[in-house]
Amino acid sequence: MTVSVDSTTSTTENQSAPVSTSAPASAAAPAGEAEALRPHAEHAFAAELAALAAQDDRPRPARWRLSPWAVATYLLGGTLPDGTVISPKYVGPRRIVEVAVTTLATDRALLLLGVPGTAKTWVSEHLAAAVSGDSTLLVQGTAGTPEEAIRYGWNYAQLLAHGPSRDALVPSPVMRAMADGMTARVEELTRIPADVQDTLITILSEKTLPIPELGQEVQAVRGFNLIATANNRDRGVNDLSSALRRRFNTVVLPLPETAEAEVEIVSRRVDQIGRSLDLPSGPEGIDEIRRVVTVFRELRDGVTADGRTKVKSPSGTLSTAEAISVVTNGLALAAHFGDGVLRPGDVAAGILGAVVRDPAADRVIWQEYLEAVVRERDGWKDFYRACREVSA
Amino acid sequence: MSDEVRGTTRAGAGPLLLGVRHHGPGSARAVRAALEAGLPRAVLIEGPPEADALVELAADEAMRPPVALLAHVVDEPGRSAFWPLAEFSPEWVAIRWAADAGVPVRFMDLPAAHSLAQQETEDAAAGEPGEPGAAGDAGAVRIDPLAVLAETAGYDDPERWWEDVVEHRGGGEDVFAPFEALGEAMAALREEYGTGGHDRDLVREAYMRIQVRAAQREFGADDVAVVCGAWHVPALRRKTTVAADRALLKGLPKAKVDMTWVPWTHRRLSRASGYGAGIASPGWYGHLFSAPDRPVERWLTKVARLLRDEDRLVSSAHVIEAVRLADTLAAMRGRPLPGLTETTDAIRAVMCEGSDVPLSLVHDKLVVGDVLGEVPDSAPAVPLQRDLTRLQRKLRLKPEAAERELELDLRKETDAGRSRLLHRLRLLGIGWGEPAASRGSTGTFRETWRLRWQPELSVRVAEAGVWGTTVVAAATARAESDAIGAGALADVTALAERCLLAELPDALPVVMRVLADRAALDADVGHLAQALPALVRSLRYGDVRGTDTAALGEVAVGLAERVFVGLPPACAGLDQDAALGMRGHVDAVHQAVGLLGDLGTGSGGSAGKAGSAGASSGGAAARAGAAGSVGAGMRDRWYSVLRVLGERDSVAGVVRGRCVRILLDGGELAEGEAARFMGLALSRGTEPAEAAAWIEGFVGGGSGGGMLLVHDERLLGLVDDWLSGVSDAAFTDVLPLLRRAFSAYEPGVRRTLGELVRRGPAAGGASSAVTGGIPGFGTELDAERADAVLPVLGLLLGVGVEGGADSGSGARAGVGARASDGRGDGNELVGVGR
Repeated sequence: MTVSVDSTTSTTENQSAPVSTSAPASAAAPAGEAEALRPHAEHAFAAELAALAAQDDRPRPARWRLSPWAVATYLLGGTLPDGTVISPKYVGPRRIVEVAVTTLATDRALLLLGVPGTAKTWVSEHLAAAVSGDSTLLVQGTAGTPEEAIRYGWNYAQLLAHGPSRDALVPSPVMRAMADGMTARVEELTRIPADVQDTLITILSEKTLPIPELGQEVQAVRGFNLIATANNRDRGVNDLSSALRRRFNTVVLPLPETAEAEVEIVSRRVDQIGRSLDLPSGPEGIDEIRRVVTVFRELRDGVTADGRTKVKSPSGTLSTAEAISVVTNGLALAAHFGDGVLRPGDVAAGILGAVVRDPAADRVIWQEYLEAVVRERDGWKDFYRACREVSA
Repeated sequence: MSDEVRGTTRAGAGPLLLGVRHHGPGSARAVRAALEAGLPRAVLIEGPPEADALVELAADEAMRPPVALLAHVVDEPGRSAFWPLAEFSPEWVAIRWAADAGVPVRFMDLPAAHSLAQQETEDAAAGEPGEPGAAGDAGAVRIDPLAVLAETAGYDDPERWWEDVVEHRGGGEDVFAPFEALGEAMAALREEYGTGGHDRDLVREAYMRIQVRAAQREFGADDVAVVCGAWHVPALRRKTTVAADRALLKGLPKAKVDMTWVPWTHRRLSRASGYGAGIASPGWYGHLFSAPDRPVERWLTKVARLLRDEDRLVSSAHVIEAVRLADTLAAMRGRPLPGLTETTDAIRAVMCEGSDVPLSLVHDKLVVGDVLGEVPDSAPAVPLQRDLTRLQRKLRLKPEAAERELELDLRKETDAGRSRLLHRLRLLGIGWGEPAASRGSTGTFRETWRLRWQPELSVRVAEAGVWGTTVVAAATARAESDAIGAGALADVTALAERCLLAELPDALPVVMRVLADRAALDADVGHLAQALPALVRSLRYGDVRGTDTAALGEVAVGLAERVFVGLPPACAGLDQDAALGMRGHVDAVHQAVGLLGDLGTGSGGSAGKAGSAGASSGGAAARAGAAGSVGAGMRDRWYSVLRVLGERDSVAGVVRGRCVRILLDGGELAEGEAARFMGLALSRGTEPAEAAAWIEGFVGGGSGGGMLLVHDERLLGLVDDWLSGVSDAAFTDVLPLLRRAFSAYEPGVRRTLGELVRRGPAAGGASSAVTGGIPGFGTELDAERADAVLPVLGLLLGVGVEGGADSGSGARAGVGARASDGRGDGNELVGVGR
């Protein structure tokens, strides 16, 4: 699918790297949605959404496809009265999903915060799919996101030929959502420059988008709402102004609550990635995964798993996503340079890299952790030695 | 209206049984409505009948809930039970209604005299008089009646079910209906589960029935209202014979019991404090009970005010949005009104930006709350005062207004007891005795106190009553609370010391945990290094008093480990003052590690400073073999840290010099290594000021460095060479440092040094020409002088000494062996010189 259009990249690159399927979205050619590398939520789970809509007899807010209760069920999973099983899309506290859905129903905008790898985008996509049946009204926030991406742009050919008119106007996803009463999504809100962020204030408080060039405005139709996601570790990049923040209800997506749940998530993901990279993985690996997860959780929470000893937390996020990458990395090491079994030495370097982000402060924290916690622990001798080796 | 109708229709149905949940605002409201409608002539309340005499106090103006009825065994204040009552407790509402209406109140539960005695015979706190006082429901297969009802109704949380069904009911149409419905539900439950494991309930309920009958005889069959836990309603309704009930009550143990009212707090009402019938959110319930209308709006406004006081930006718009979100959440969850969960979720999402940090403040200040009750002065004395009086009598220590001094010898039982009492009282803030400096002996077994009993101390005792019923328990609780609230690490170590002095072993684990946590989170090595010596000191002191200090030792070892890890980075890039400070820390830690090592190995005899105790040649190996324990391992790690410090160029000179010196004293440096270190530090490439600082660290101050220089000519030669090589300009810079280093030497040492320097390197061969012998001594034995020692030595050892040169050298060899056996204690200079 990618080869046909991709003429710009050199041929050698195309031949040598079967992994690099990440060519620009030229696949947008109407090749049929079933073929898409990653179908939208509303397509992938169309059957579940339809079943929910059919069974749902609770009141629905204007232009919602489902009632709030059904949206929550869609995200959290469950079994409908007719026996249809709804798969859980988000594994986490019920409270969080309920607050998020309710926020959308109260016409307040929703801000999903969390460290990387806590399924913010995933939740936002599924919320939009369940509420509006369309998760594609999306603005990706970057340092270079212009105001046009949030308000509207101009089709300059039209503008020059016919002068300013609604025909020459290119609406943004947010504007389209306002006009149609749909749910718009803004990804990585805090990466957008502050002045561009603030264009959202009028939209969220007045629920209108003025077009001074035409002397017109677009008023939001009932059912319009906005879901933004932001990384709460880099809040400082472009922190929200208090005026804007006041327009949002904030929901923080937490890291997995129990160690078992996190081990489960990590091993499942590692398995998937490992298979796509053709890495062998034995069942012995699970101990090492558990160890990585334990180390990450203890350093992140600032307390050991038995709750007895406190430890300092390093500056890195140590999210589940990073644990996954440490283990994958270790697997690759074991497969290519070791005997194929994941050993403490294979993950030690990865852990060190994830933990010690600030060479001065984090190194002390790590060594303290090694000496005070790891050294004393039964069955962790190998790991301690491996860590000592790489951190010396 | 219908109330009256109902009121008359229920007439003839026997006593008005009001089954409640002990601390439930909805129940409280319902009870008030029912009492106002039913107008009984007497009110019976679940509680110890000994409190009947105290019930008038409840009507006192100065009485402010939350308060608790406290029952304790007369001679044993430690054995006690509480019946806490909050403003929103149905029992309290009933008491107040009766007081206003002029209706007598009786408590009808099993007397505390029995329940406290029973408690003793049953040998544990496992079963207490009842739900009100049941502290630990450990073990027994008790069921929670409400949990079963809630589960039947499809709720996962009994608290929420109760809130929805009872607490959140708006103004009821029929004031008696909820009680009847609840009573029926409970009857069904009790049919299913029997006593649910509360076997003692049968006895209590028998007693209650007898009391109800007696009240009915006195006031009329229908004119008695009974307020009790909903669980008991079916039992009270059951028809039994008086004889059967009396049979159940036969042969109950009995104790002499005193009752009083004590102030209580919302915090201690909460379940987190370990109170069995506690509730999760006393503050929230108090609000529900006192808010006249729109409880959610009022609550969120309260929260907004609290957050604003903490400088968080919370506007009225936030409150509006939070109310809307809470309402919608409640609707979505299918609840009649937003409860605590909904409002909390709304506060988190709208006012706290999703963060739990400000939310915990809300929980602490509002959901639980800081409310402190008050009790009128006319309430009987608190048991703490009684316990104190008893102890004073026992220890023959009279409270006197005049000041006097008291000398204590801790080896005597009574004096040790007195010391403990005074230390405990000090912890409680009751400053009866102040420690004073001992005159004469300075032994650790001696203490001097200045005693003076001031009248206001009685008030302090009353205040301290909230901490516990006995001096020990109160001091323990206070110490624990102080530890948790302590600001700096040093405060906690000080507290640990005081706990040892006051002998509060139960408080120690908490203090130690706090200490370990603080130490783990404190990033400043200076703080840790300061805390370590105090801790090690208390460890030794604990040893003297025979306290179990294993936990303390563990923490001390952990603290030392953290210092080891943190010290090298902390020593880099220091200015002069900071470097001097750090040098002090290094010294302090070194001493502490030495003590800790000794304690670890358990060898009480060699408690000498590790400073100059190097055994001659194979010292390190011998030590490792002999000790081979935690202490030795730690000492080795400490030396490796010192070595790292000594070798690192970025570390300040004074610290480096000190580290090398400690290593040298400890016998950790191989032959000639000290000279190598010194040579490096004093070579031309080094800044003169830095080199002078190194010298100060190495031999400066009162560390006995002068003697070292006197006896190791090689080192002296290095210093001499360096000093003569310093340029004129630099010399003025380093002069003050050198003066500071050398002026602290004793005059004799200074003179000897001067003589040595004047004599020049020629004497005794060139500095490099020192052969295998000990520096500062000749290479050959001076047999004559060695023999001169023998008579005295023989006297000391108690063995006969034959004359002659042969035996002389033999004896000398023996002395050498002894010296290395005793790890060089006897010949420190030799040990130093190697």
